[in-house]
Amino acid sequence: MTVEEVHREHYGRILATVIRLVGDFDRAEEAVQEAFAVAVESWAIGGAPQNPAAWLVSTARHKAIDQIRRDARRDARREELERHLRGRAGEEPPEEEDRLRLVFTCCHPALAPEARVALTLRTLCGLTTEEIARAFVVPVPTLAQRLVRAKAKIRDAGIAYLVPAGDALPERLSTVMAVVYLVFNEGYSASFGPALLRGELSREAIRLGRMLVELMPSSPEVKGLLALMLLHDARRATRVDASGLPLTLEEQDRALWDRGQIAEGARLVEAALRASAPGPYALQAAIAALHAQAPRAAETDWPQIASLYGLLVRIHPTPVVELNFAVAVAMADGPQRGLDLLERIAGRGELQRYHLLPAAQADLLRRLGRAGDAAAAYRRALALVTNDAERRYLEKRLAETAAVSRA
Amino acid sequence: MQYMLLIYDDETRWGKLPEAEQGKIMKEFREFTEAIVKSGNYRAGDQLHPASTATCVRWKQGKPLTTDGPYAEAREQLGGYYLIEARDLDEAMALAKRIPGQSLDATIEVRPVSQREASA
Repeated sequence: MTVEEVHREHYGRILATVIRLVGDFDRAEEAVQEAFAVAVESWAIGGAPQNPAAWLVSTARHKAIDQIRRDARRDARREELERHLRGRAGEEPPEEEDRLRLVFTCCHPALAPEARVALTLRTLCGLTTEEIARAFVVPVPTLAQRLVRAKAKIRDAGIAYLVPAGDALPERLSTVMAVVYLVFNEGYSASFGPALLRGELSREAIRLGRMLVELMPSSPEVKGLLALMLLHDARRATRVDASGLPLTLEEQDRALWDRGQIAEGARLVEAALRASAPGPYALQAAIAALHAQAPRAAETDWPQIASLYGLLVRIHPTPVVELNFAVAVAMADGPQRGLDLLERIAGRGELQRYHLLPAAQADLLRRLGRAGDAAAAYRRALALVTNDAERRYLEKRLAETAAVSRA
Repeated sequence: MQYMLLIYDDETRWGKLPEAEQGKIMKEFREFTEAIVKSGNYRAGDQLHPASTATCVRWKQGKPLTTDGPYAEAREQLGGYYLIEARDLDEAMALAKRIPGQSLDATIEVRPVSQREASA
């Protein structure tokens, strides 16, 4: 294995272990960097060692101890030094647990949400500050400051480097999963930022998802999350047309969907649904699997999807979920039933500024042949929409509908 | 590690509570304090008089000005504090959540105390 390959494959797990051994993020990052530099030179001469990751961990630890010695500070630092000198000598293989410790620490609720994302990408995925800044369209110094502040908070506020135990675990895990899913969605939306880099973000999120499944095999939601990401990603090539306009599931060319990813996603969904009470990620993944497995849009199992949304709405009633439930019911039981549901949602008044509500109403009215009412609803949606691609989509629909109502 | 747990709430809300409710909350505070004394986390703690009793020393251009009232005029004011010893932030947060702040919609700020260097 070359040094670059080791870096790509193992940076996260090496850093995670060195942070545990050295007890400080900054020291650990510096030490790991120095260790990789040494590897470049020494492996060129003597070849790569038997266990490259363990070699790098040991080398990094020694570099850190050297640095501690060089730091001209008293008591607190000397205590640290004694602790590390007392540690085991020789090769130190990374512990699997270390990556979990790292991700739970990076995603600690005490850190600002943007900081959790940045720190996770920096430490577990090995992205550079520049790469992360570019992906989130944020100036590099801002991103750099964000990382500095986050690491300082971990150190000064005493955020411990461990995997939460018992009662604390479910809530903390959901924070971790939220970070991973956010990274995935950033990479998934083609709205802005260099397209290539956005794709890398989705891949990193999927890598993190795989890591969670590997390290937390008894968690069904973690399988659900990975499945959901794989199933969405499988359709990546067909999400937008050449001009960047979003394509609906009906319009997407299913021949371009990644069947291997869909199969893997479907297997994970099955495993996730065996849990006693499926969580939101598992349910969303199950819905995505049903869509992905239908050979043609017309063969989609809408009644199953509608009943899954019915479960999802109860545990995770976000506006998007409620709307999708109504749309699924419309597909399963006819547009009128869907419209009735949307009426109920509109009646509650919570989604007044949410353009997808009138957009959904417009679509169902159009299907019922009520072109005039549909056009009015599209206009209401256009008054609320903010995203440019979505605006163009709605304008296209409005034009089609207006043409019909004139005919 | 030591942490300050700073309790912020809306004083007018406290004033509007029926006496029985106030008594209940005070009892919960006493129980909480006793519990953390027993568990070894307690270092100090007190209720403060209302914000209107505060006086500020403000340094302006080398001169100390005396002003009546709290540091900032805000709906929520510092009403009390605890100084605790905890293993890490998670333990400090767990203790902060046990402070009877729920009925007052209180905010408890958990601030780490700077590590003092061991004396030479």
